[in-house]
Amino acid sequence: MEKIYSRASGIFEGAVSGFCPGCMHSTICKIVTQVIDELNMTDHTCFIQGVGCCGLSITYLDMDTISAPHGRACAIASAFKRCAPETLVFTYQGDGDLASIGLAETISAANRGENFTVIFVNNGTYGMTGGQMAPTTLVGTKTTTSPYGRDPGEHGYPIHMCELLSQLSAPAYIARVTCADVPNVRKAKAAVKKAFEYQLAGKGFSFVEFVTNCPTNWGMSPLETLDYVRDTVLNEFPLGEFRAK
Amino acid sequence: MAEKIFMKGCEAVSESAIRAGCRFFAGYPITPQNEVPEYFARRMPSVKGVFIQGESEVASANMVYGAAASGVRCMTSSSSCGISLKSEAISFMAGARLPVVLANFQRGGPGIGTIQPAQQDYNQATKASGNGGFRMLVLSPSDLQEAVDMTYRAFDLADKYQNPVMLLLDGFTGAMMEPVILPEAKTDEELDAIRATKTYATTGKKGGKQHKVICGPGLDTRVSQEEMNRRDAKMYEGWETDEIDYEEFLIDDAELILTAYGITGRIAKSAVKLLRAEGYKVGLIRPRTIYPFSKVAFDNLDYGKIRGILSAEMAIPEQFSTDVKTAVCGRTKVETALSSGGNILDRGYIIEQAKKLYGDK
Repeated sequence: MEKIYSRASGIFEGAVSGFCPGCMHSTICKIVTQVIDELNMTDHTCFIQGVGCCGLSITYLDMDTISAPHGRACAIASAFKRCAPETLVFTYQGDGDLASIGLAETISAANRGENFTVIFVNNGTYGMTGGQMAPTTLVGTKTTTSPYGRDPGEHGYPIHMCELLSQLSAPAYIARVTCADVPNVRKAKAAVKKAFEYQLAGKGFSFVEFVTNCPTNWGMSPLETLDYVRDTVLNEFPLGEFRAK
Repeated sequence: MAEKIFMKGCEAVSESAIRAGCRFFAGYPITPQNEVPEYFARRMPSVKGVFIQGESEVASANMVYGAAASGVRCMTSSSSCGISLKSEAISFMAGARLPVVLANFQRGGPGIGTIQPAQQDYNQATKASGNGGFRMLVLSPSDLQEAVDMTYRAFDLADKYQNPVMLLLDGFTGAMMEPVILPEAKTDEELDAIRATKTYATTGKKGGKQHKVICGPGLDTRVSQEEMNRRDAKMYEGWETDEIDYEEFLIDDAELILTAYGITGRIAKSAVKLLRAEGYKVGLIRPRTIYPFSKVAFDNLDYGKIRGILSAEMAIPEQFSTDVKTAVCGRTKVETALSSGGNILDRGYIIEQAKKLYGDK
């Protein structure tokens, strides 16, 4: 019988995800590894994992891995890709990692047009450390470090990475996607594939932002988070392709 | 015989690194080592190497982390407060056991310090260049020929131990010019062979059963943190017997020992020669490897005839001299001759202090 669906080869056989129930990290890992399989690149991939919940992927993804210091994945990826151009390179980073502590590394790698792919997982919170305010936390949202709600007067506004990077000339591909429903999962997968294809074609920096959830720290059931993403978060972070050179 | 070339310290170190096979360099401007990234920027294209001017010291050190993970010979350099910024990546590279070469052309401190030469990062280099209690071999040259030779050797040592190696220089050594004989450049074939030995490089599983992970203790679930710490401790211990290197000069009949490292070692050697000319029985111990410390050199002294030891360095308060005192362990008096703030330690002052400690001839 023809096998029409199986675990992506980039995920360990028998792997148990360390992600919380209902967290979209699992879906994103699945999409990314499926695309890499489709491109027949699993054995030629190096993924650079950020710090935070992204770091849990080290026990999940069965492909060569570099564990980056917090925020530095884009610096590591820049150098690695230049020294090993035949390897498919992607970073896997959350919002604290990419848009706060690693903001300089992210923007600078994008501005140099480094030929690797960023998978940016934006759930508006520091999940691993227990739900602190992130650079992408929505205005008014209560977190452990903004207990009275994010106040623009004190904390500023959520940072929009796709829009920010779109100000630069060098990036080749910039898109924002979500996994909040099935049609969007399919669109997200297409965006990831496009980003990797851009890299394989040597076009330069590619960036896919996932607007995602955190049931644990948002204090919602997984299904409630999906509604919240669709009804509220996407108003702040509109989906779409911002750049496709 | 190889030709002698007149070169500036920063450039001689850079050229030696390229000849040793360095094919990736990332750095960030900071005085007094700007000529290093500038040299790499000019020279790398001709050897098909990569130069990146990082957006910060933090980023450029992490770039070297990425380059080392790919298996190429790589290097970064900086100065003092810049090295502090690199310490995050240095710790990660030591934790992940990656071979890299680091150069610190020391300036003053703490904080931004002056841009003039100093030796105020001895403790940082030899005790804690980052969190977590790792160690690196630290080499410190007294002249440019030694700087060239040590740089070349540092790449082999980094590969041998799969660990960062630091060259501890200073603004003086970086800026001065001297004739040097450069080592033979490694061929592309030799470099390919070296890279092929780096089976840890995360360039894809390529049909291998297990994927490779570059990370420090704690994340790799296949080895416990304590196991990794013990493995590293054993390697550091091995250096105590295998990698200690120091110069002894006129110590056989010496009644007073001068000791210093790096550029100060050279000034102290010159002081020894002048004191000898005046009839003082003075000798020199000059550690070339400053981590691990050359304790053995001090253990080998005949303390029955030694009047004292004068330890000289460009750091206030003392740093290197504390290690000297620990090594001597009360067997004789240890005095210091110190300077800082960009003041090169004066030879006349060293001689004066040596005479005081020596007493009557």
